[in-house]
Amino acid sequence: MLKQMEGSVAVAEAVALARPEVICAYPITPQTHIVEGLGELVKAGKLQNCEYINVESEFAALSVGIGSSSAGARTYTATASQGILYMAEAVYNASGMGLPIVMTVGNRAIGAPINIWNDQTDSMSMRDAGWIQLFCETNQEAVDVHIQAFKIAETLNVPVMVCMDGFILTHAYERIDMPEQAQVDQFLPPFNPRQVLDPAHPVSMGAMVGPEAFTEVRYLAHHRQLQALEVIPKIAAEYNAIVGRDNGGLISTYQTEDAETLIISLGSVIGTIKDVIDDRRAGGEKIGCVAIRSFRPFPIAAIREACSKAKRVVVLEKCFAVGLGGMVASNVRMALATQPLPVYNVIAGLGGRPITQKSLHKLFDQAAADSLEGLHFLDLNHEIIERELERERLEGCSGAVAENILRGIGAVAASKV
Amino acid sequence: MTQLIDKKIGADSASGNQQVKFYQTGTYTVGNRLLDENQRTVQASLDRSNALDSGHRACQGCGEAIGARYAIDAVMRATGNQMIACNATGCLEVFTTPYPETAWQMPWIHSLFGNAAAVATGVAAAMKVKGKKAVRVIAQGGDGGTTDIGFGCLSGMFDRNDDVLYICYNNQAYMNTGVQRSSATPPGARTATTMPVGPEPGNVFGQGKNVPLIAMAHGIDYVATASVHDLHDLERKVTKAMTFRGSRYIEIFVPCPLGWGSKPCDTIKLARMAAECGLWPMLEAEYGELTASYKMRKPAPVTGYLKLQRRFAHLFKPGQEERLAGMQALADKNIAKFQLLEKGEQA
Amino acid sequence: MFQVRIHGRGGQGAVSGAEMLSVAAFLEDKHAQAFPSFGSERMGAPVVAFCRIDNKEIRSREPVLEPDALLVQDPSLFNSVDVFAGLKRDGYLIINTTKTLEQLGIEEAASKLAPGRVWTVPATELAIQHVGRPSPNAGMIAALARACDGVLALDSVIAAIRKKFPGKVGEANVAAAQAAFDSAKATQSSQ
Repeated sequence: MLKQMEGSVAVAEAVALARPEVICAYPITPQTHIVEGLGELVKAGKLQNCEYINVESEFAALSVGIGSSSAGARTYTATASQGILYMAEAVYNASGMGLPIVMTVGNRAIGAPINIWNDQTDSMSMRDAGWIQLFCETNQEAVDVHIQAFKIAETLNVPVMVCMDGFILTHAYERIDMPEQAQVDQFLPPFNPRQVLDPAHPVSMGAMVGPEAFTEVRYLAHHRQLQALEVIPKIAAEYNAIVGRDNGGLISTYQTEDAETLIISLGSVIGTIKDVIDDRRAGGEKIGCVAIRSFRPFPIAAIREACSKAKRVVVLEKCFAVGLGGMVASNVRMALATQPLPVYNVIAGLGGRPITQKSLHKLFDQAAADSLEGLHFLDLNHEIIERELERERLEGCSGAVAENILRGIGAVAASKV
Repeated sequence: MTQLIDKKIGADSASGNQQVKFYQTGTYTVGNRLLDENQRTVQASLDRSNALDSGHRACQGCGEAIGARYAIDAVMRATGNQMIACNATGCLEVFTTPYPETAWQMPWIHSLFGNAAAVATGVAAAMKVKGKKAVRVIAQGGDGGTTDIGFGCLSGMFDRNDDVLYICYNNQAYMNTGVQRSSATPPGARTATTMPVGPEPGNVFGQGKNVPLIAMAHGIDYVATASVHDLHDLERKVTKAMTFRGSRYIEIFVPCPLGWGSKPCDTIKLARMAAECGLWPMLEAEYGELTASYKMRKPAPVTGYLKLQRRFAHLFKPGQEERLAGMQALADKNIAKFQLLEKGEQA
Repeated sequence: MFQVRIHGRGGQGAVSGAEMLSVAAFLEDKHAQAFPSFGSERMGAPVVAFCRIDNKEIRSREPVLEPDALLVQDPSLFNSVDVFAGLKRDGYLIINTTKTLEQLGIEEAASKLAPGRVWTVPATELAIQHVGRPSPNAGMIAALARACDGVLALDSVIAAIRKKFPGKVGEANVAAAQAAFDSAKATQSSQ
């Protein structure tokens, strides 16, 4: 059914359609409206057979989820930014224990400095924790992917993080075609785990595994993620067959068939990129884009194939590994290691800085001319940087960079009382 | 003093009525089998679940192994074997589950060090949503995992009044990692991070957390302290705890020979001495109010208890008299605060 | 595509206003996207909200940099925020005020716009009158329906208000919106 609604509320409705049995989340901007929405559905009796638990921290939230999932209940939680770090120990624990928990990450920057706006550093911080990570371009995709996430998780016994840009998607009102309960029931059977905490069949879960078996356990986890490369598209097709939308799978491509310049990115910025591509195509440029939907497992073969005829690739990402460069670009470069084409790495949108069509046009002009540096920061304020670097060179300093910049521009002054 | 007791042996006995001589009458020491069935311990029964089975890797004389077996078997009986346990990281978890073996005979999960209470909350929620009202949940951990790193989750569980019994096995330090100080380590005690060196050897005075009192402050259904030296009392408290449907907390005193520097054969004795001198008050509380405490006829001086443990040896050296007196003062304070003396007795 | 930018202060419902515009467009079978630009989360802080309306799927997520319509819910913002940034010459400017452009000190900026594009509406006064709260958003979006030919019908805006605010509160806001629609007027620019 077509509705005009806020992204968070749409996600709450979609999760409710998946018939979760235990929901446990701790509030953090920008995910709050999702958990509030679900809490209200449970309290009003609209979401039945579901326990909604208010906890005292994100660490507790995912830990409660670990307990409920181990005991056979379909489990959901949501977090962002600082919260995903606070639960980091539990994130690794959930995947290590093979629990099919679904978690929304309302992508937000990580401090210090504290920042409530969108970037994808939070999901990226957990990219190697053994979870499947799926990224959504629109709120419609978010609705469809959340429902698919439960099936992917329960098929593979791997937890799944569904990543959506905070504020940009979570707080945006847009048109959503919400599936019907009957469709979701047809698509998603009840959770039926192979191993569960049950007095009728006692098992011990979570034993200490020593050097003699630990490597094998990790290898098998890797193998599962590789299996996911098959399972994710398969489940997307199953969903499409019932609901009639192809919103899933490993990547999506736009105007890539004869593209000489390929932009690779994740999440909502793909929409803005598509508009810019249309403009440039109208001017005759052969340009297209690839949206990475499954970041983990990383779709090496699909990326390689999509880029096989391109002359250059621009990886535009909303995250950054300080001291190295782009996280996504590193993964893309690994996939394209055998292909001799330039891969430009553009860091954009950190801490919620808007990515404008104007800036993208300028960027793509530079890319087409192959005049981009290997690592390029979109819309970087060079004046502030140069001034601060000069000051550091003369004075040296320690402490928080953000506050130091203020010193540089004279914004810090002691008031004499 | 002897007393002759008539005891009918049974209808099918050839000898009919028989006079049996007992010594030490009125105590339990004649053995469970001669007690009324409803007075017998779970441990005395052949039907006991033995939920913590033999073959685990605990040290000689480990108090926690005893305490856990007593407690879990009592929960098993109280629930008709319908229980699930969530264990924190620690000695108990490590010595019971050396992969690929497990000593546990009931469903058991170990997640992390600090989240046993939260995991238990989740399991309880799953049981509720699946309509499995008869399946009960316990969380368990050592003092480190309970009073320190697990404290946030514990308090959260109490806040929500989740239907979980949390059992803390308190051996007063982080034992599995090599005997480091926790907030349950008593003043004066030697640990690897409170060494017996300098002018104030051992753990400092004036620190520490009393989690049973904190649990009471949360107003939860039932709080108790127990100990491995009193099996009947421990089983009674655990059984009673299982009659409630909200949050419950039991802290069991479990001497650790390795960490305390005591003899493995002294474990039960030390537990008794701790209770008998006032350093381990045995309490019960419901909804935040104290309801009962173990009453002594005459408390023993703390020195007898302390002397049997190398972790307190430095307190007996010259110059430590004040601190040793401080230990006695702690015991006296407990006796007064929790009214541990039998009525009419004086310390 | 028609792009709207709403400037207000926290508590005045700028974000809800943008959302209601998007719902009104949806009710007319159009595609619409509404989203906020958050500053600090407190009452009284400057807030910007955006709404895009189109006949096809809207993909771009950048802020509205070149609005077709600019709604200013709080004229005090003229002194602290660059409200006019990117406003096209034939864009609409709708201001919540009872004052004149001269009194507001924005004569010069307003003169850059085409004739008939600058409108004022006493949305706050009407809100206080009909709703009992100084919440100008319903009046402002009704004024947009009035000023911007062919973009949205008043009926759609009213239906959107009722969806957002059920019951008596909704009806009161609808009354305020109707009154705003009627009393919004185009100012004479000095050009």
